[in-house]
Amino acid sequence: MAAGGAHGGDTPREIEALIDLMARLPGLGPRSARRAVLVLLKRRGALMAPLAQAMAQVAVSARDCRICGNIGTSDICAICADDRRATGEICVVEDVADLWALERAGVFRGRYHVLGGTLSALDAVGPEELRIPDLIERVATEATREVILALNATVDGQTTAHYIADALAATGVSVTSLAQGVPIGGELDYLDDGTLGAALRARKSF
Amino acid sequence: MGLTIATLTLSHFRSHRAARMALDGRPVAISGPNGAGKTNIIEAVSLLSPGRGLRRASADELARRPDAIGWKIRAETAAPLHELETFAEGADSRQVRIDGKPAPQAALGRILRILWLVPAMDRLWIESAEGRRRFLDRMTLSFAPDHADAVLAYEKAMRDRNRLLKDMVSDAHWYVALESQMADAATRITANRHHALSRIAAAQQGAETAFPAAELALIGPEGEDIPEDLAPALAANRRRDMAAGRTLLGPHRADLAARYATKGVPADQCSTGEQKALLISLILANARALAADLGTPPILLLDEVAAHLDQHRRAALYDEICALGAQALMTGTEPGLFDSLGNRAQSFAVVEEGGMSKVSET
Repeated sequence: MAAGGAHGGDTPREIEALIDLMARLPGLGPRSARRAVLVLLKRRGALMAPLAQAMAQVAVSARDCRICGNIGTSDICAICADDRRATGEICVVEDVADLWALERAGVFRGRYHVLGGTLSALDAVGPEELRIPDLIERVATEATREVILALNATVDGQTTAHYIADALAATGVSVTSLAQGVPIGGELDYLDDGTLGAALRARKSF
Repeated sequence: MGLTIATLTLSHFRSHRAARMALDGRPVAISGPNGAGKTNIIEAVSLLSPGRGLRRASADELARRPDAIGWKIRAETAAPLHELETFAEGADSRQVRIDGKPAPQAALGRILRILWLVPAMDRLWIESAEGRRRFLDRMTLSFAPDHADAVLAYEKAMRDRNRLLKDMVSDAHWYVALESQMADAATRITANRHHALSRIAAAQQGAETAFPAAELALIGPEGEDIPEDLAPALAANRRRDMAAGRTLLGPHRADLAARYATKGVPADQCSTGEQKALLISLILANARALAADLGTPPILLLDEVAAHLDQHRRAALYDEICALGAQALMTGTEPGLFDSLGNRAQSFAVVEEGGMSKVSET
């Protein structure tokens, strides 16, 4: 039901095409895409034109950072270009969304390395696709003290973490990973058994 | 009385278009002619635990023909009350909802503990290790619901490693990463299995039962030992595994060895009747151990189990089930097979009418 004609008898082809594109966005289906397009159409001047302009601009200017893989508008992203962030720490994340989460929290002052996924032999995602050789080179050339693995606690995430740790073993750089345990403001009662076990094993003196 | 199923509803599931059974916690005797749809009922119950159920069917095989519009199984448990639903639509994989919320399959194992015995398992001791391993893991899961997570994690990493082996990838870091994930999961899998075997062994000792005790042991393929730390063993085996195109060592190759204790005879050399008796004995011991550990016996699904037992053994089986207080769902072609249960059990009759199963309490 996604193709032409599906959105109501005589909807013009251009508008249908817009709805179909919109429906490909995460979190949107055909119905919500139709609603979003309708809002845009009603507010053409105030919303649609500026949105179209902003998208056209960013589509031209967006770049993957050559060093860390972060998305920005120049070949070197703002974080990699900022000398104050040359702390000798590189935080390895799966996705730009994870980088943004850490930046929002404002807790990390070093630089990043964005893998863009996790190792998966079945999906033909190997170390090259994840820019792991680039990371190893960065560690050698950037005077790195510590590599922090901030990867998801899934089988694939942990396999990737093991891979990087093993591949960096020869460089002598310190490799750490995020702790697992009780979330701030969290209640023990709501934790799953695995997290509770990890939290207990990683307990610290009070 | 432990955690039992209070209502069971099947919609468009195999031969059942709409069946509803209200259960009161007593054992359940289901009788009816061949092909009426008895086993489909207990298969539906088996799908209230993680995995593919007692026929190992895929989700799309379970839909009623010819409509094939998807199927749904719904159960309410008593004390504590939970609502369990599992269903599939079209060719999609099966989904689980617990108390109205989507949940992973593994979460089912934390609510109901379910064990089964089906006629296909009569040859368990003589056929390949795969069936025995599955039997062992079903027992293990009943003691350790997180066993399912460990098995899934292990298999996920192993499938990736097998792909590397097939593609002749030689990146050692990648192998090390996957092998350490496999080794972590393998340690949990083996510990869970040993725990289950030791609980079952303890429950067999000094038990008053009409069924013969079995000595059980966890062994590797071709009787080899499975190394305690799998990671170095896998690393050493890479060349051999690459030639085979798959992982030859690990808990996915383990086997369950059984011996008829009082005779000292390996299970595969026992008579057909003795082999069946050993299986029943293990299921009952498992149930006793769980009842002792959790204060509640598991749900037992016994397909056509009465048919192969003489009258004396049959009566003994019923007595032991009743003594356990287990909700056992049993099938048989003749209602007479369940006579000695009397009113200690609920009775249902299943008949086929116009291509559809009809279930009624008798």
